[in-house]
Amino acid sequence: MATKSIAVPGERARAASTTPKRRWRINSDMLIAFFVLLPSILAVALFIYTAIGWTFYISTVKWNSQIIDYTFVGLRNWSRMFSDNRFYADLRNLVYYAIGFMSQCIIFGFIIASLLDQKIRGETLFRTIIIFPFAVSGIVTGVAWRWLMQPTTGINLLFAKIGLENFQPVWISHPDYGMWAVTIATSWQFTGYVMALYLAGLRGIPQELREAAAIDGAGTYATYRYIIIPLLMPVTFTAIVLTGMNSIRVFDVLASMSGSGPAFATDTLAFFMYQSTFGAYRYSLGATIGAFMILLSAFLIIPYLRSMRDEVER
Amino acid sequence: MKSLNRREFMKFAALGTSAAALAACATPTAAPGAAPAAGSTAASGAAAGGGQLEIFSWWTSGGEVEALNALYDIYSAQYPDVEIVNAALTGGAGQGGNMKALLETRMQGGQPPDSFQVHLGRELIDSHVVPGRMEDLSFLYEEEGLNDVFPQDLIDIASYEGKPYSVPVNIHRSNVLWYRPSKLEAAGVAVAPTTWDEFFAAAELLKTAGIPALAVAENEPNFSGHVFENILITQLDQAGYLGLFDGTTSWEDERVTRSLEILNQAYDYANQDYLSTSWGDINDRFVADDGPAMMIMGDWTHGVLLSKAFSDYRWAPAPDTAGMFMVLSDSFGLPNNAPDRDNAVNFLRVCGSREGQDAFNPIKGSIPARTDPDLSKYDEYLLSAMEDFKNNTLLPSIQHGAAVKQSFVLDYAIAINNLATNRDVAAAQAMLVQAATDAEFSA
Repeated sequence: MATKSIAVPGERARAASTTPKRRWRINSDMLIAFFVLLPSILAVALFIYTAIGWTFYISTVKWNSQIIDYTFVGLRNWSRMFSDNRFYADLRNLVYYAIGFMSQCIIFGFIIASLLDQKIRGETLFRTIIIFPFAVSGIVTGVAWRWLMQPTTGINLLFAKIGLENFQPVWISHPDYGMWAVTIATSWQFTGYVMALYLAGLRGIPQELREAAAIDGAGTYATYRYIIIPLLMPVTFTAIVLTGMNSIRVFDVLASMSGSGPAFATDTLAFFMYQSTFGAYRYSLGATIGAFMILLSAFLIIPYLRSMRDEVER
Repeated sequence: MKSLNRREFMKFAALGTSAAALAACATPTAAPGAAPAAGSTAASGAAAGGGQLEIFSWWTSGGEVEALNALYDIYSAQYPDVEIVNAALTGGAGQGGNMKALLETRMQGGQPPDSFQVHLGRELIDSHVVPGRMEDLSFLYEEEGLNDVFPQDLIDIASYEGKPYSVPVNIHRSNVLWYRPSKLEAAGVAVAPTTWDEFFAAAELLKTAGIPALAVAENEPNFSGHVFENILITQLDQAGYLGLFDGTTSWEDERVTRSLEILNQAYDYANQDYLSTSWGDINDRFVADDGPAMMIMGDWTHGVLLSKAFSDYRWAPAPDTAGMFMVLSDSFGLPNNAPDRDNAVNFLRVCGSREGQDAFNPIKGSIPARTDPDLSKYDEYLLSAMEDFKNNTLLPSIQHGAAVKQSFVLDYAIAINNLATNRDVAAAQAMLVQAATDAEFSA
């Protein structure tokens, strides 16, 4: 059936209950649905899939200066990318960043959501305060944290004031740990969003389950360990996919915070792509990096879509 | 996006209100370069009625801003109805990298600003003229008599196939050692070092006194690239240096290795937080009480320090570069389809004028591109730089786009940034060799 991939669960159930022999006919509902969806389908096809296709195409041509050159060169840009040390530095940074960013967002997001879920007074206020950084643009976050992490001012000044004169990290400009420092800033921005996801999930857990657990003698730890955390697995999964995607494409915070950093300490694939394209005018190399990022994202998004489908079918 | 909308709005407003503005809007659609000189003069009269003038630059620091404003003031006095949009954007690897990135998106998208700052030399020619994005300015050179007042060498590097494509506003010297006599005295250094051996001897004394000898700002690739070009010319002669860009001198050459070693050694005497310090902040560090004693930097530093009303500094050629003048020049060009072409042409007239150059350069810390300046407006340093420009061996700057195209500048700056971080001479040299291969330097 042509509409299978976008069928909603209700429709699918109805389709299954009707006799399979019935002929597929266009009725007015379908026509209306089609025309209502048409603008979105066209927009998505044009601005997303055509652009993706174009990116892959540009990655196979010789356009590596400001003079547009569509000479086909096969996989030469790809082999160029794979032979570049910067690319491997970026992959390493991606791993660092993903670990730091995802774990901070998910752990702190969950802890804060659990605390807010304790029916405390002023919950709305705290919720707003914590989710607020998510409303701040990445550029603003980057600039603000850049100053906070300036070794001679910002946070280090606070450390010095409380007697930690000898603890003066260089944060983002550290050649080895710079990337971890960056994740502090980006997690600060994104934790509120993960918190909101978890809070919604926590509110969806029936009170009876907790009560039942309490009656069975489960303490707080056991309740979380055996009831709440397993029930929140779908939320955690969503949070992993969202923060994972974010890790691959992170650009704005980094660009305004540290750029590529000392010897690529805080370089990312997205920044490499940007600099190759608009700094060195290597359009095809930039497109190749972009295409690689799309493939990398697909590894995350396809299992996610699969599981969503399984979820729906369940 | 915002400025674009405003521009669209302004266009609509102009269309509705005056026929003169209509003519101004229509001009960009004329075939680029085809507009006869007489026609453009007539149109410029019409455009003086209003519209905008959007200028891209990476000038946001003290000295730079004031100098640019001095040009704008002259322009506004002549064309009071034109709204100047100063689109200045600083930072980014590869000298003005952020502005160049934005400019590139605008140029590729067919929405150029009215004019933009561009280094004379390969940066102008390879990035913009060869791809056919610029208007030939022969008509302007003729009308304003610029052929007679700019040195022929300078016109040559502004030209492609015999036609000039931008108007140089200044000449900067890259190889200057700025030093604070009080700091040197405090460490027992009698005179400013003239060679690298003397530099390291002085640096040892300074280190003992607890003073960083050399100011470095390497939080992103750029600053060290500037220092390094001024070391390269101490190891290579003129032909050898120029050969780096046409394939006759290899970047694997041991003289390049020696240059890298000198820079690597110099980092031992730099301000310790150089990997956290940005180019924009280094001047504040230099003037601070606990700041470094010396800095190898172009003579815009003179403009910056003047703007800070700081006077405890002197200058000398960078170590081992007496008799050499590492040149770079800022210029403004005219992109095809500039939205307010006539306003832009008038701005270029101001840039090339004696009045404009004499207002801009004393503040910027640069010498005028014109050969007929009003010498009374220039101070001791600038007069000495003018003298040196006439008598010294001239060498084009790498970091500032005179000798090489932009993609190499970026790769080069990144390689030197790697040296600053990892202190690995061989690795940095390998990156330079790769950069030269990518740039396809050949005779």
